[in-house]
This record gives sequence, structure tokens and C-alpha cells, in this order.
Amino acid sequence: MSRLIRMDQTGHTTLVEWTAEDPATVEEAIAAFRAELDQGYFAVVSDGEGHAEQVRELPLDAPLVILRRPIAGG
Amino acid sequence: MSTDAGSAGSGPLPELASVYWRPRASVRSLGRTGRLWTLSTIAHTVPFIGSAVLLTALKPLTLPVALILLAHAWAIPELYAARGANVLRRLAPAGPDAERRALGLLGDLLGHSARDLHGRTGLVLERGRLGVWLVGEAGAVLIAPGARRAYCYCVKATGTDLPAADRIAHLLLALRADEAGFATVANLAFSGASWRLRRRLRAPAREALAEAAGSSRGAEPPR
Repeated sequence: MSRLIRMDQTGHTTLVEWTAEDPATVEEAIAAFRAELDQGYFAVVSDGEGHAEQVRELPLDAPLVILRRPIAGG
Repeated sequence: MSTDAGSAGSGPLPELASVYWRPRASVRSLGRTGRLWTLSTIAHTVPFIGSAVLLTALKPLTLPVALILLAHAWAIPELYAARGANVLRRLAPAGPDAERRALGLLGDLLGHSARDLHGRTGLVLERGRLGVWLVGEAGAVLIAPGARRAYCYCVKATGTDLPAADRIAHLLLALRADEAGFATVANLAFSGASWRLRRRLRAPAREALAEAAGSSRGAEPPR
């Protein structure tokens, strides 16, 4: 089971869970993913310690996709 | 401790579009920036020191004025270092439930020793190609290889409602995705000797800085 989570004021919120074998959950996950990107979130897949990858399409095989807000110099 | 931030071959940070005029950070540009900071510090302090010496030599009666000038020469670099230390300050916490959930996620992103260090100091140590990073809630400090120079960056996730661990996780993920991009987006608040920064830090941050410096001394210089 893969998860799409969004870092927010609650700590994080699980938006959707999917399995690649279930097209309905995949469709729901892709819709949720695009909606969050449209809201200005960026998606990252953590590839273990020291590694992360920005993604613009939902990687269906990733166990965890994290949505983060933009960062900016203070 | 984590290794090789930003080496996953990920694309550039999308936030770079908002600072399109900045050249992308690199080992070379960091070295140049560091030298410029040192020159700037010299330019700020030498006139005060020179004037103090000159005044005292010409008219010993002006010693009190000379002392004031020397105090200025001392205070200016200290103020810069204090500004640098400020990037590792703690921010107001969110509610306990949110903090606990955020901490769980951050813990999943860290190795055992980095988790331990975060538990003790509130800072995350991350090794990158540019040096060793200490990531906090309101910014990050890069310790250059050899541990003599520190670069303090003011950078944070947008919005003020995030729990502390989430603020760090935001910065950590961006750093890991594109280290040079991260150093480009962030605003440099201070660059100078690590010992000057150390004096301005609270005790837990000093411990983290010492660990980062130790890790940086052991690291090979980037090519």
C-alpha cells in the first residue's frame, strides 16, 4: 500500500492510499496528487538517507510520496 | 548520520524560479562568497582599529575615544556572527499532537545517529557535497570541508503554522533533492570562522556544531 501525505499544521495528513493493482485507488491518488500540486505543494520521494527526488507525476511504485510547501530565504 | 544530500539526480528545486537572477551555488562560488565576507569584515573593522591607533599615537588624551572605536571594531563582526547564529534558533512550537506526528515523520527520514542528535539538540546533521549541514527550523548552517568556515543560511518553509519537526523536514527534503539549489534559494546571513559562530549559539546548538565540524574535518574536499 502506497501513501500520499502532506506536511501541514497537523504534523502530516494522509491524503490517499493506493495499490498499483487497484485502478480505482490509483485514479483517486493521481487526482489528489494533481490537486495538491495545483495548490502550490511540491512532491518529493525520499529515497533513503541523504536522497530525495522531486517528482511532478505521481510515482505509482513509491511507498511514500510527501507533499511539501515551497521554501524561501528569510 | 545521513550522506550525500542532493546527489540523487533529482531535478532542480522549483523554488529557483523565484531567485532566477542568482547564479547557482557551487564549491567555487561558496569559496568566493566566503572570501568576500572576510574582505567585507576587514573593511568594516580595520578603519576603526587604524583610527584608534592613530588617535592614541597623535594624542594620548583621546584614549577613551580610541577605546570606543575598538569596541566598534569588535562589535561589528560579533553582530554578524549573532545574525548567523540566529538561523538555528527555535521557533514557537505547535500543539503537542502535531509535534508528535511531525516528529514521527522526521524520524523516518533520519538515520539512528541523526535522530539521536536531533533529540538532543533540535538540529539535523546532513552530509552533502558542499560540506556538512546542520538543519534547523529557521535555516541551515553549512560547515565547509575542513570545518574552518561556516555559512549560515536563513531559509524556511512558507507559512507559520507548521510544527517544528515539519519545518526541518521541509528543509531537509529540499536539501536532499537539490543541495546546490537549496544553497541558492536560501539567503546567506553570515559566513565566517566556525569559532565565531560557536560563541553565539545556545549550548545544544554548540554540541551539534561540534559534531558537524568533526564530521566535516573527516570529509574529503569536494571536487
